[in-house]
Amino acid sequence: MSSSSKPLTERIETENGLVDLAAYQRAGGYDAARRVVTSMTPEEVQDLVKDANLRGRGGAGFPTGVKWSFVPKGDAAGPGHKYLVCNADEMEPGTFKDRYLLEYDPHLLVEGMIIGAYAIQADKAYVFMRGEYHEGFRQLSRAIDDAKAQGFLGSNVFGSDFSVDLGIHRSGGRYICGEETALLNALEGKRAQPRYKPPFPPASGAWGRPTIVNNVETLCNVPGILRHGAQWFQDLGNGDDAGTKLYGVSGRVNRPGLWELPIGTSIREIIEEHAGGMQAGYQLRGLLPGGASTDFLVEQHLDLPMDYGSIQAAGSRMGTGTMILMDDSICPVAMSVNLQHFFAQESCGFCTPCREGLPWLESLLIDIEEGRGNPGDLDVLSANASYIGAPGNTFCLHATGAMEPLNSALKYFREDFEAHIERGGCPYREGSA
Amino acid sequence: MSEADQLIDVLTSEEVEAIEAEIAHLPDRESAAMEALQIVQANRGWVSDASLSAIARLLGMSAAALDSIATFYNLIFRQPVGRHVIMTCDSVSCFVMGCEKVHKAIEESLGVSPGETTEDGRYTLLPIVCLGACDRAPVIMIDDELHGDVAVEDVPAILERYP
Repeated sequence: MSSSSKPLTERIETENGLVDLAAYQRAGGYDAARRVVTSMTPEEVQDLVKDANLRGRGGAGFPTGVKWSFVPKGDAAGPGHKYLVCNADEMEPGTFKDRYLLEYDPHLLVEGMIIGAYAIQADKAYVFMRGEYHEGFRQLSRAIDDAKAQGFLGSNVFGSDFSVDLGIHRSGGRYICGEETALLNALEGKRAQPRYKPPFPPASGAWGRPTIVNNVETLCNVPGILRHGAQWFQDLGNGDDAGTKLYGVSGRVNRPGLWELPIGTSIREIIEEHAGGMQAGYQLRGLLPGGASTDFLVEQHLDLPMDYGSIQAAGSRMGTGTMILMDDSICPVAMSVNLQHFFAQESCGFCTPCREGLPWLESLLIDIEEGRGNPGDLDVLSANASYIGAPGNTFCLHATGAMEPLNSALKYFREDFEAHIERGGCPYREGSA
Repeated sequence: MSEADQLIDVLTSEEVEAIEAEIAHLPDRESAAMEALQIVQANRGWVSDASLSAIARLLGMSAAALDSIATFYNLIFRQPVGRHVIMTCDSVSCFVMGCEKVHKAIEESLGVSPGETTEDGRYTLLPIVCLGACDRAPVIMIDDELHGDVAVEDVPAILERYP
């Protein structure tokens, strides 16, 4: 079988759309899961994924095989279920990669989850999916039914001793569900408030049982690794990281979209070659590299490879790898208002600095944007953004993420904030409308 | 008939059956809270106080506890909504692509502000966070259909498709 350079999207391209069970199996689908379940030990699967250096594609970048190895084995796990949960709650603004996989190649996720469940010996698996993803729900539901009918899910998977049930939980909708312990509370039918850690989910997760939460794209990388090996996966990436990455671009480019590229492809190549460059009449001023909760990068960073280490060294995060471009027609203060409105609204309300602080910062930003700012406001903004954004000052990392685009906007676009205060209004509005 | 039976009687037997089917593969009854709310809302468009109390009884929890869950989530409606729910994404990619003009056009066309329902009960207009289709921004969702690359001039024709 060919070992494509696009293991996540090759079948979608071949089929020119939805990959159904027959098409998935024609391309060798479920062969890896069958071999894993019938002839490998869970430890062998974990070790292979560790050796491949697969890191979480949801944003945090934690090594997947290592995470799996934290689940207690055998009697150490105590009596009861173990859970594998797929985080398909794609709510990071600017992110549209998991939707693509769910809608067009749902069997890839199902196979990844069979292998992942086997690796941690989970007998229960859930896909926690955004309530707004109706088409993804339809396609994944059909894929689960089809896989079940073939004996790939349920009791005695592939005729082995291993059994796993896979179901879908449709979220009621809140950004905080992306935080893995908030997600587990939501899965249990509770308010999506993050939990105190430790214990971490591998020890005590869903319903107090050992649980692993992995992102859609992460799990979709697993079948390829089992099929072609760790070295193959490592060789797919450029630089230090392994595999491919679904990169996306939204904003004023000629071809907004999503591309599967070697991880570590440069920001410039993604924007200029794949997204077709900026639209005529628009200049790039900055970008959020991996969703709304990542620090702005600017012109000087365009030649950086989009990988975990390089983007972190530049003061930001690769996050979800789907970048949002800010062109020169956009007011950085207005964009900051938009971002902080989102984070303030999506605070779960549990801890005070986040619940009270984020709306307060939003209102100060609105004052500046609308011309009511005072000369000392930027210092107040910076001081509070630093305080709220410091990990440990809030219960979870929601407010920390919220402050990343704000602190970096204050750093790179300070003259815009100052101009608003000096002129008593938004310079971007004066010329338009 | 007991008080509990009367409350549960608010729900249809199909709703109760569907909720019990969810409970059957969960560790406890309360864990089915979201699924139960979704089942009733799918059937009735929203979750009334009477429905909420009945669901709470069925799940063996207090109505207050269930309401704290229902009101936490964006997609559970505790007020009646129109025949069609229009959700307009106001997150950052749509903002960059000029969604505010589209939202204004929708508001003017319907004569309502976000959070309101038209007098004829046809549309409810709600803001929503990123719909995950940012390459097609600005994006709106009506019922379960997504509309991307929406321009101001597209608004009347899109709305017309939902009688």
